[in-house]
Amino acid sequence: MKTIHSCAITTAVKNLCMQANYELGPDVLDALTGAKKCEESPLCREVYDILTENAVIAKRESIALCQDTGCAVFFVELGQGVHVEGGGLLDAIHDGVRQGYAEGYLRSSMCHPFTRKNTGDNTPAIIHIEPVQGDILKIIFAPKGGGSENMSRIAMLKPSQGRPAVKDFVVDTVRQAGANPCPPTVVGVGIGGNFEHAALLAKKALLRKLGSVHADPEMAAFEAEILQAINSLGIGAQGFGGTVTSLAVHIELHPCHIASLPVAVNLNCHAHRHGEIIL
Amino acid sequence: MKPVILTPPLAEAAIETLKIGDRVFITGDIFTARDTAHKRLIELLDRKEPLPFDLSGQIIYYVGPTPARPGKPVGSCGPTTSSRMDGYAPRLMEQGLKAMIGKGQRSSEVIEAMKKYRAVYLAAIGGAGAMLAQCVKETKIVAYEDLGPEAIRKFTVEMFPVVVINDIHGGDLYRQAVQSYARI
Repeated sequence: MKTIHSCAITTAVKNLCMQANYELGPDVLDALTGAKKCEESPLCREVYDILTENAVIAKRESIALCQDTGCAVFFVELGQGVHVEGGGLLDAIHDGVRQGYAEGYLRSSMCHPFTRKNTGDNTPAIIHIEPVQGDILKIIFAPKGGGSENMSRIAMLKPSQGRPAVKDFVVDTVRQAGANPCPPTVVGVGIGGNFEHAALLAKKALLRKLGSVHADPEMAAFEAEILQAINSLGIGAQGFGGTVTSLAVHIELHPCHIASLPVAVNLNCHAHRHGEIIL
Repeated sequence: MKPVILTPPLAEAAIETLKIGDRVFITGDIFTARDTAHKRLIELLDRKEPLPFDLSGQIIYYVGPTPARPGKPVGSCGPTTSSRMDGYAPRLMEQGLKAMIGKGQRSSEVIEAMKKYRAVYLAAIGGAGAMLAQCVKETKIVAYEDLGPEAIRKFTVEMFPVVVINDIHGGDLYRQAVQSYARI
Protein backbone atom coordinates (compact mmCIF):
# COMPACT_ATOMS: atom_id res chain seq x y z
CA MET A 1 0.00 0.00 0.00
CA LYS A 2 1.25 3.45 -0.91
CA THR A 3 -0.28 6.67 0.35
CA ILE A 4 -0.22 9.77 -1.84
CA HIS A 5 -1.49 13.09 -0.56
CA SER A 6 -3.99 14.89 -2.80
CA CYS A 7 -1.87 18.08 -2.54
CA ALA A 8 1.03 16.26 -4.23
CA ILE A 9 -1.32 15.29 -7.07
CA THR A 10 -2.58 18.86 -7.45
CA THR A 11 0.97 20.25 -7.59
CA ALA A 12 2.05 17.62 -10.11
CA VAL A 13 -0.95 18.36 -12.33
CA LYS A 14 -0.38 22.12 -12.07
CA ASN A 15 3.22 21.70 -13.26
CA LEU A 16 2.19 19.29 -16.02
CA CYS A 17 -0.36 21.79 -17.37
CA MET A 18 2.28 24.49 -17.65
CA GLN A 19 5.14 22.37 -18.95
CA ALA A 20 3.08 20.60 -21.61
CA ASN A 21 1.81 23.92 -22.93
CA TYR A 22 5.28 25.50 -23.13
CA GLU A 23 7.43 22.63 -24.37
CA LEU A 24 7.17 20.18 -27.24
CA GLY A 25 8.58 16.71 -26.63
CA PRO A 26 11.81 15.71 -28.40
CA ASP A 27 9.85 13.18 -30.48
CA VAL A 28 7.64 15.97 -31.84
CA LEU A 29 10.59 18.28 -32.57
CA ASP A 30 12.34 15.41 -34.38
CA ALA A 31 9.21 14.66 -36.38
CA LEU A 32 8.94 18.30 -37.46
CA THR A 33 12.60 18.34 -38.51
CA GLY A 34 12.10 15.10 -40.44
CA ALA A 35 8.97 16.45 -42.12
CA LYS A 36 10.80 19.55 -43.34
CA LYS A 37 13.39 17.34 -45.02
CA CYS A 38 10.67 15.41 -46.91
CA GLU A 39 8.62 18.48 -47.81
CA GLU A 40 8.84 19.63 -51.43
CA SER A 41 6.95 22.93 -51.12
CA PRO A 42 9.17 25.93 -50.29
CA LEU A 43 6.28 27.69 -48.54
CA CYS A 44 5.65 24.66 -46.30
CA ARG A 45 9.36 24.39 -45.52
CA GLU A 46 9.19 27.98 -44.29
CA VAL A 47 6.29 26.96 -42.05
CA TYR A 48 8.54 24.36 -40.39
CA ASP A 49 11.14 27.03 -39.67
CA ILE A 50 8.46 29.16 -38.02
CA LEU A 51 7.19 26.21 -35.95
CA THR A 52 10.70 25.44 -34.74
CA GLU A 53 11.25 29.10 -33.85
CA ASN A 54 7.89 29.10 -32.07
CA ALA A 55 8.92 26.12 -29.93
CA VAL A 56 12.15 27.87 -28.94
CA ILE A 57 10.34 31.10 -27.97
CA ALA A 58 7.59 29.28 -26.05
CA LYS A 59 10.09 27.34 -23.96
CA ARG A 60 12.40 30.30 -23.38
CA GLU A 61 9.65 32.73 -22.36
CA SER A 62 7.28 30.28 -20.67
CA ILE A 63 4.51 31.30 -23.03
CA ALA A 64 1.99 28.87 -24.50
CA LEU A 65 3.06 27.27 -27.81
CA CYS A 66 -0.46 27.87 -29.06
CA GLN A 67 -3.15 30.20 -27.71
CA ASP A 68 -5.50 27.24 -27.71
CA THR A 69 -4.21 25.62 -24.55
CA GLY A 70 -6.96 23.14 -24.95
CA CYS A 71 -9.44 21.10 -23.10
CA ALA A 72 -7.45 19.46 -20.29
CA VAL A 73 -7.53 15.73 -20.99
CA PHE A 74 -6.06 13.23 -18.53
CA PHE A 75 -5.32 9.54 -18.71
CA VAL A 76 -4.71 8.25 -15.22
CA GLU A 77 -3.36 4.84 -14.32
CA LEU A 78 -4.28 4.23 -10.72
CA GLY A 79 -2.41 1.43 -9.02
CA GLN A 80 -4.69 -0.75 -6.91
CA GLY A 81 -2.22 -0.40 -4.08
CA VAL A 82 -2.46 3.39 -4.03
CA HIS A 83 -4.44 5.22 -1.39
CA VAL A 84 -5.12 8.92 -1.92
CA GLU A 85 -5.50 10.88 1.30
CA GLY A 86 -6.43 14.45 2.05
CA GLY A 87 -9.08 14.70 -0.66
CA GLY A 88 -10.50 13.00 -3.73
CA LEU A 89 -8.35 12.14 -6.75
CA LEU A 90 -10.68 13.88 -9.21
CA ASP A 91 -10.85 17.05 -7.12
CA ALA A 92 -7.07 17.06 -6.85
CA ILE A 93 -6.73 16.93 -10.65
CA HIS A 94 -9.33 19.66 -11.23
CA ASP A 95 -7.56 21.85 -8.66
CA GLY A 96 -4.27 21.28 -10.45
CA VAL A 97 -5.83 22.41 -13.73
CA ARG A 98 -7.29 25.51 -12.06
CA GLN A 99 -3.92 26.45 -10.59
CA GLY A 100 -1.83 25.52 -13.63
CA TYR A 101 -3.97 27.46 -16.09
CA ALA A 102 -4.13 30.55 -13.84
CA GLU A 103 -0.49 30.65 -12.76
CA GLY A 104 0.78 29.60 -16.18
CA TYR A 105 -1.12 32.31 -18.09
CA LEU A 106 -2.92 29.65 -20.09
CA ARG A 107 -6.27 30.25 -21.74
CA SER A 108 -9.51 29.07 -20.17
CA SER A 109 -11.37 27.51 -23.05
CA MET A 110 -14.23 25.61 -21.40
CA CYS A 111 -17.74 27.06 -21.63
CA HIS A 112 -21.45 26.21 -21.44
CA PRO A 113 -22.53 24.59 -24.73
CA PHE A 114 -25.40 27.03 -25.31
CA THR A 115 -24.84 30.21 -23.31
CA ARG A 116 -21.10 29.97 -24.16
CA LYS A 117 -20.34 31.31 -20.68
CA ASN A 118 -16.73 30.47 -19.86
CA THR A 119 -16.17 28.47 -16.68
CA GLY A 120 -13.21 30.78 -16.10
CA ASP A 121 -10.61 28.25 -14.97
CA ASN A 122 -10.52 25.66 -17.77
CA THR A 123 -12.31 23.09 -15.64
CA PRO A 124 -13.85 20.64 -15.81
CA ALA A 125 -10.97 18.54 -17.04
CA ILE A 126 -11.82 15.36 -18.93
CA ILE A 127 -10.39 12.50 -16.92
CA HIS A 128 -10.08 8.83 -17.88
CA ILE A 129 -9.04 6.56 -15.04
CA GLU A 130 -7.84 3.02 -15.44
CA PRO A 131 -7.12 0.78 -12.46
CA VAL A 132 -3.80 -1.05 -12.83
CA GLN A 133 -1.77 -3.43 -10.69
CA GLY A 134 0.91 -2.12 -8.38
CA ASP A 135 1.37 0.99 -6.30
CA ILE A 136 2.04 3.78 -8.73
CA LEU A 137 -0.11 6.66 -9.87
CA LYS A 138 0.66 7.68 -13.44
CA ILE A 139 -0.89 10.86 -14.80
CA ILE A 140 -0.74 11.68 -18.50
CA PHE A 141 -1.89 15.15 -19.53
CA ALA A 142 -2.79 16.05 -23.11
CA PRO A 143 -4.12 19.57 -23.75
CA LYS A 144 -6.36 19.17 -26.78
CA GLY A 145 -7.09 22.12 -29.05
CA GLY A 146 -10.51 22.76 -30.54
CA GLY A 147 -9.39 23.20 -34.15
CA SER A 148 -8.20 19.64 -34.55
CA GLU A 149 -10.84 18.14 -32.23
CA ASN A 150 -13.60 19.69 -34.37
CA MET A 151 -12.31 17.84 -37.44
CA SER A 152 -12.45 14.41 -35.75
CA ARG A 153 -15.05 11.86 -36.85
CA ILE A 154 -16.54 8.48 -35.99
CA ALA A 155 -18.25 5.87 -38.21
CA MET A 156 -19.97 2.58 -37.57
CA LEU A 157 -18.89 0.65 -40.67
CA LYS A 158 -20.19 -2.70 -41.84
CA PRO A 159 -17.88 -5.62 -40.96
CA SER A 160 -17.91 -6.69 -44.63
CA GLN A 161 -16.35 -3.36 -45.63
CA GLY A 162 -13.18 -4.21 -43.73
CA ARG A 163 -9.81 -2.54 -44.02
CA PRO A 164 -10.35 -0.64 -47.29
CA ALA A 165 -13.32 1.21 -45.80
CA VAL A 166 -11.39 2.00 -42.63
CA LYS A 167 -8.56 3.41 -44.70
CA ASP A 168 -10.94 5.46 -46.87
CA PHE A 169 -12.69 6.86 -43.82
CA VAL A 170 -9.41 7.95 -42.21
CA VAL A 171 -8.02 9.50 -45.39
CA ASP A 172 -11.32 11.21 -46.12
CA THR A 173 -11.41 12.67 -42.62
CA VAL A 174 -8.01 14.26 -43.19
CA ARG A 175 -9.04 15.47 -46.67
CA GLN A 176 -12.21 17.11 -45.38
CA ALA A 177 -10.33 18.70 -42.50
CA GLY A 178 -7.98 20.47 -44.94
CA ALA A 179 -6.13 23.32 -43.27
CA ASN A 180 -8.44 23.52 -40.24
CA PRO A 181 -6.69 21.15 -37.79
CA CYS A 182 -3.29 22.87 -38.30
CA PRO A 183 -1.42 20.28 -40.34
CA PRO A 184 0.98 18.53 -40.23
CA THR A 185 -1.32 16.53 -37.98
CA VAL A 186 -1.01 13.38 -35.96
CA VAL A 187 -3.84 10.98 -36.75
CA GLY A 188 -5.19 8.82 -33.94
CA VAL A 189 -7.35 5.94 -35.17
CA GLY A 190 -9.47 3.78 -32.87
CA ILE A 191 -10.72 0.61 -34.52
CA GLY A 192 -13.15 -1.72 -32.76
CA GLY A 193 -14.68 -1.58 -29.32
CA ASN A 194 -18.07 0.08 -29.55
CA PHE A 195 -19.34 3.59 -30.27
CA GLU A 196 -17.79 5.39 -27.31
CA HIS A 197 -14.82 3.09 -26.91
CA ALA A 198 -13.62 3.66 -30.48
CA ALA A 199 -13.40 7.40 -29.78
CA LEU A 200 -11.44 6.79 -26.61
CA LEU A 201 -9.07 4.44 -28.45
CA ALA A 202 -8.48 7.12 -31.08
CA LYS A 203 -7.55 9.64 -28.41
CA LYS A 204 -5.34 7.11 -26.65
CA ALA A 205 -3.58 6.37 -29.93
CA LEU A 206 -2.39 9.99 -29.98
CA LEU A 207 -0.40 9.39 -26.81
CA ARG A 208 2.05 7.02 -28.46
CA LYS A 209 5.50 8.49 -29.07
CA LEU A 210 6.07 9.82 -32.57
CA GLY A 211 8.55 7.66 -34.44
CA SER A 212 7.49 4.53 -32.55
CA VAL A 213 6.35 1.45 -34.43
CA HIS A 214 3.10 -0.41 -33.68
CA ALA A 215 3.75 -3.63 -31.76
CA ASP A 216 1.67 -5.62 -34.26
CA PRO A 217 3.58 -5.72 -37.60
CA GLU A 218 0.34 -5.95 -39.54
CA MET A 219 -0.99 -2.78 -37.93
CA ALA A 220 2.40 -1.11 -38.36
CA ALA A 221 2.11 -1.78 -42.10
CA PHE A 222 -1.49 -0.52 -42.13
CA GLU A 223 -0.41 2.70 -40.37
CA ALA A 224 2.29 3.24 -43.00
CA GLU A 225 -0.17 2.53 -45.82
CA ILE A 226 -2.70 5.06 -44.49
CA LEU A 227 0.01 7.68 -43.87
CA GLN A 228 1.23 7.38 -47.42
CA ALA A 229 -2.31 7.89 -48.75
CA ILE A 230 -2.78 10.93 -46.50
CA ASN A 231 0.48 12.47 -47.63
CA SER A 232 -0.59 12.04 -51.24
CA LEU A 233 -3.53 14.38 -50.67
CA GLY A 234 -1.33 17.44 -51.25
CA ILE A 235 -2.65 19.45 -48.27
CA GLY A 236 0.78 20.15 -46.75
CA ALA A 237 1.72 22.14 -43.65
CA GLN A 238 -1.04 24.64 -42.80
CA GLY A 239 -2.91 23.51 -45.91
CA PHE A 240 -0.58 25.60 -48.06
CA GLY A 241 -0.12 22.67 -50.47
CA GLY A 242 2.68 20.18 -49.95
CA THR A 243 3.87 16.63 -49.60
CA VAL A 244 3.61 16.21 -45.80
CA THR A 245 0.11 16.49 -44.37
CA SER A 246 0.45 14.19 -41.36
CA LEU A 247 3.44 13.26 -39.23
CA ALA A 248 2.09 9.88 -38.19
CA VAL A 249 -0.92 7.57 -38.11
CA HIS A 250 -1.37 5.69 -34.82
CA ILE A 251 -3.84 2.84 -34.57
CA GLU A 252 -5.37 1.30 -31.45
CA LEU A 253 -7.25 -1.93 -32.06
CA HIS A 254 -9.84 -3.60 -29.83
CA PRO A 255 -12.24 -6.51 -30.32
CA CYS A 256 -15.74 -5.43 -31.33
CA HIS A 257 -19.28 -6.83 -31.62
CA ILE A 258 -19.86 -9.36 -34.45
CA ALA A 259 -22.29 -6.87 -36.04
CA SER A 260 -19.98 -3.85 -35.91
CA LEU A 261 -16.83 -2.24 -37.23
CA PRO A 262 -16.49 1.06 -35.35
CA VAL A 263 -13.76 3.45 -36.44
CA ALA A 264 -12.95 6.80 -34.90
CA VAL A 265 -10.41 9.34 -36.08
CA ASN A 266 -9.06 11.89 -33.63
CA LEU A 267 -6.84 14.49 -35.27
CA ASN A 268 -4.19 16.41 -33.40
CA CYS A 269 -2.36 19.50 -34.59
CA HIS A 270 1.42 19.77 -34.99
CA ALA A 271 1.54 21.26 -31.46
CA HIS A 272 1.28 17.67 -30.30
CA ARG A 273 1.49 18.34 -26.59
CA HIS A 274 1.61 15.96 -23.67
CA GLY A 275 3.31 15.40 -20.41
CA GLU A 276 3.32 12.62 -17.86
CA ILE A 277 4.34 12.06 -14.30
CA ILE A 278 4.54 9.04 -12.04
CA LEU A 279 3.88 9.49 -8.33
CA MET B 1 13.17 40.98 -52.55
CA LYS B 2 11.75 43.75 -50.42
CA PRO B 3 9.01 42.44 -48.13
CA VAL B 4 5.47 43.65 -48.82
CA ILE B 5 4.12 45.51 -45.80
CA LEU B 6 0.43 46.28 -45.38
CA THR B 7 -0.75 49.03 -43.06
CA PRO B 8 -4.45 49.55 -42.34
CA PRO B 9 -6.61 51.27 -43.40
CA LEU B 10 -5.88 49.29 -46.56
CA ALA B 11 -5.88 51.15 -49.83
CA GLU B 12 -7.52 49.64 -52.88
CA ALA B 13 -4.19 49.69 -54.74
CA ALA B 14 -2.45 47.65 -52.03
CA ILE B 15 -5.18 45.01 -52.04
CA GLU B 16 -5.19 44.75 -55.80
CA THR B 17 -1.53 43.69 -56.00
CA LEU B 18 -1.94 40.78 -53.54
CA LYS B 19 -1.82 37.31 -55.07
CA ILE B 20 -2.36 33.91 -53.49
CA GLY B 21 0.74 32.42 -51.88
CA ASP B 22 2.31 35.86 -51.27
CA ARG B 23 4.09 36.18 -47.94
CA VAL B 24 3.26 39.64 -46.63
CA PHE B 25 3.64 41.49 -43.33
CA ILE B 26 1.28 43.74 -41.44
CA THR B 27 2.46 46.77 -39.49
CA GLY B 28 -0.13 48.94 -37.78
CA ASP B 29 -3.42 48.43 -35.95
CA ILE B 30 -5.65 45.41 -36.45
CA PHE B 31 -8.78 44.30 -34.57
CA THR B 32 -9.37 40.91 -32.98
CA ALA B 33 -12.73 39.15 -32.95
CA ARG B 34 -13.99 35.61 -32.87
CA ASP B 35 -17.26 33.75 -32.44
CA THR B 36 -19.25 35.64 -29.82
CA ALA B 37 -17.82 39.06 -30.70
CA HIS B 38 -18.93 38.51 -34.30
CA LYS B 39 -22.39 37.51 -33.15
CA ARG B 40 -22.67 40.74 -31.17
CA LEU B 41 -21.43 42.90 -34.06
CA ILE B 42 -24.06 41.40 -36.34
CA GLU B 43 -26.76 41.97 -33.72
CA LEU B 44 -25.75 45.66 -33.65
CA LEU B 45 -26.03 45.85 -37.44
CA ASP B 46 -29.45 44.17 -37.26
CA ARG B 47 -30.59 46.82 -34.79
CA LYS B 48 -29.02 49.54 -36.98
CA GLU B 49 -26.80 50.60 -34.09
CA PRO B 50 -23.21 51.83 -34.52
CA LEU B 51 -20.33 49.34 -34.29
CA PRO B 52 -17.69 49.81 -31.56
CA PHE B 53 -15.10 50.62 -34.23
CA ASP B 54 -15.09 51.82 -37.83
CA LEU B 55 -14.54 48.86 -40.18
CA SER B 56 -13.52 50.90 -43.24
CA GLY B 57 -10.32 49.49 -44.69
CA GLN B 58 -9.67 47.49 -41.52
CA ILE B 59 -8.34 44.01 -40.81
CA ILE B 60 -9.98 41.57 -38.39
CA TYR B 61 -7.83 38.87 -36.85
CA TYR B 62 -9.64 35.74 -35.65
CA VAL B 63 -7.83 35.11 -32.38
CA GLY B 64 -8.45 34.50 -28.68
CA PRO B 65 -5.07 35.00 -26.98
CA THR B 66 -3.83 33.50 -23.74
CA PRO B 67 -3.60 36.00 -20.86
CA ALA B 68 -0.57 38.31 -21.01
CA ARG B 69 2.18 37.93 -18.46
CA PRO B 70 2.86 41.10 -16.44
CA GLY B 71 4.79 43.58 -18.57
CA LYS B 72 3.86 41.86 -21.84
CA PRO B 73 1.21 43.24 -24.22
CA VAL B 74 -0.30 39.85 -25.00
CA GLY B 75 0.05 36.11 -24.51
CA SER B 76 0.21 33.44 -27.18
CA CYS B 77 -1.91 34.64 -30.11
CA GLY B 78 -2.14 32.42 -33.19
CA PRO B 79 -5.18 32.23 -35.48
CA THR B 80 -8.33 30.24 -34.84
CA THR B 81 -10.40 28.38 -37.47
CA SER B 82 -12.03 30.98 -39.71
CA SER B 83 -14.99 28.93 -40.96
CA ARG B 84 -16.83 29.58 -37.73
CA MET B 85 -17.00 33.25 -38.74
CA ASP B 86 -18.22 32.51 -42.29
CA GLY B 87 -21.84 33.27 -41.47
CA TYR B 88 -20.90 36.75 -40.26
CA ALA B 89 -18.04 37.82 -42.53
CA PRO B 90 -20.00 39.03 -45.59
CA ARG B 91 -21.99 41.50 -43.47
CA LEU B 92 -18.76 42.97 -42.12
CA MET B 93 -17.22 43.24 -45.59
CA GLU B 94 -20.35 45.15 -46.59
CA GLN B 95 -19.37 47.61 -43.82
CA GLY B 96 -15.91 48.12 -45.29
CA LEU B 97 -13.83 45.29 -43.78
CA LYS B 98 -10.95 44.71 -46.19
CA ALA B 99 -9.04 41.74 -44.79
CA MET B 100 -9.50 38.81 -42.44
CA ILE B 101 -6.70 36.83 -40.80
CA GLY B 102 -7.32 33.28 -39.66
CA LYS B 103 -6.70 29.73 -40.74
CA GLY B 104 -8.62 27.19 -42.80
CA GLN B 105 -10.92 27.19 -45.81
CA ARG B 106 -13.70 29.80 -46.21
CA SER B 107 -17.19 29.06 -47.53
CA SER B 108 -18.13 29.82 -51.13
CA GLU B 109 -20.37 32.66 -49.84
CA VAL B 110 -17.40 34.31 -48.13
CA ILE B 111 -15.20 33.85 -51.21
CA GLU B 112 -17.92 35.44 -53.38
CA ALA B 113 -18.28 38.31 -50.91
CA MET B 114 -14.51 38.89 -51.02
CA LYS B 115 -14.72 39.33 -54.78
CA LYS B 116 -17.77 41.58 -54.49
CA TYR B 117 -16.39 43.83 -51.74
CA ARG B 118 -12.75 43.55 -52.87
CA ALA B 119 -11.44 42.05 -49.64
CA VAL B 120 -8.77 39.42 -49.00
CA TYR B 121 -8.30 36.46 -46.69
CA LEU B 122 -4.90 36.00 -45.07
CA ALA B 123 -3.59 33.06 -43.05
CA ALA B 124 -1.36 33.38 -40.03
CA ILE B 125 0.55 30.26 -39.02
CA GLY B 126 -1.72 28.18 -36.81
CA GLY B 127 -0.01 26.93 -33.68
CA ALA B 128 2.73 29.56 -33.82
CA GLY B 129 1.15 31.72 -31.13
CA ALA B 130 4.34 32.28 -29.15
CA MET B 131 6.20 33.53 -32.23
CA LEU B 132 3.29 35.72 -33.37
CA ALA B 133 3.11 37.29 -29.89
CA GLN B 134 6.55 38.80 -30.53
CA CYS B 135 5.02 40.87 -33.36
CA VAL B 136 2.32 42.38 -31.14
CA LYS B 137 3.63 45.54 -29.51
CA GLU B 138 0.51 46.91 -27.81
CA THR B 139 -3.04 45.81 -27.14
CA LYS B 140 -6.15 47.62 -26.01
CA ILE B 141 -9.63 46.31 -25.34
CA VAL B 142 -12.09 47.96 -27.71
CA ALA B 143 -15.32 46.18 -26.73
CA TYR B 144 -16.89 43.24 -24.91
CA GLU B 145 -14.38 42.92 -22.08
CA ASP B 146 -16.78 40.43 -20.46
CA LEU B 147 -15.84 37.91 -23.16
CA GLY B 148 -12.32 37.50 -21.77
CA PRO B 149 -10.14 35.96 -24.49
CA GLU B 150 -12.95 36.61 -26.97
CA ALA B 151 -13.12 40.38 -26.35
CA ILE B 152 -12.47 42.72 -29.28
CA ARG B 153 -8.95 44.12 -28.95
CA LYS B 154 -6.87 46.50 -30.98
CA PHE B 155 -3.47 44.92 -31.63
CA THR B 156 -0.65 47.21 -32.68
CA VAL B 157 1.55 44.87 -34.71
CA GLU B 158 4.94 45.09 -36.38
CA MET B 159 5.95 42.84 -39.27
CA PHE B 160 3.17 40.37 -38.45
CA PRO B 161 3.63 37.57 -41.04
CA VAL B 162 0.72 36.25 -43.10
CA VAL B 163 0.15 34.34 -46.34
CA VAL B 164 -2.46 35.40 -48.90
CA ILE B 165 -5.06 32.63 -49.22
CA ASN B 166 -7.87 34.34 -51.19
CA ASP B 167 -7.16 37.37 -53.35
CA ILE B 168 -9.67 39.65 -55.07
CA HIS B 169 -9.01 37.93 -58.38
CA GLY B 170 -10.76 34.72 -57.30
CA GLY B 171 -7.59 32.82 -56.38
CA ASP B 172 -7.75 30.27 -53.54
CA LEU B 173 -4.40 28.97 -52.28
CA TYR B 174 -5.95 26.12 -50.29
CA ARG B 175 -7.68 24.74 -53.38
CA GLN B 176 -5.07 25.50 -56.01
CA ALA B 177 -1.86 24.64 -54.15
CA VAL B 178 -3.32 21.42 -52.80
CA GLN B 179 -4.30 20.37 -56.32
CA SER B 180 -0.79 20.96 -57.56
CA TYR B 181 0.74 18.69 -54.90
CA ALA B 182 -1.99 15.99 -54.85
CA ARG B 183 -0.90 12.58 -56.10
CA ILE B 184 -4.18 10.74 -55.87
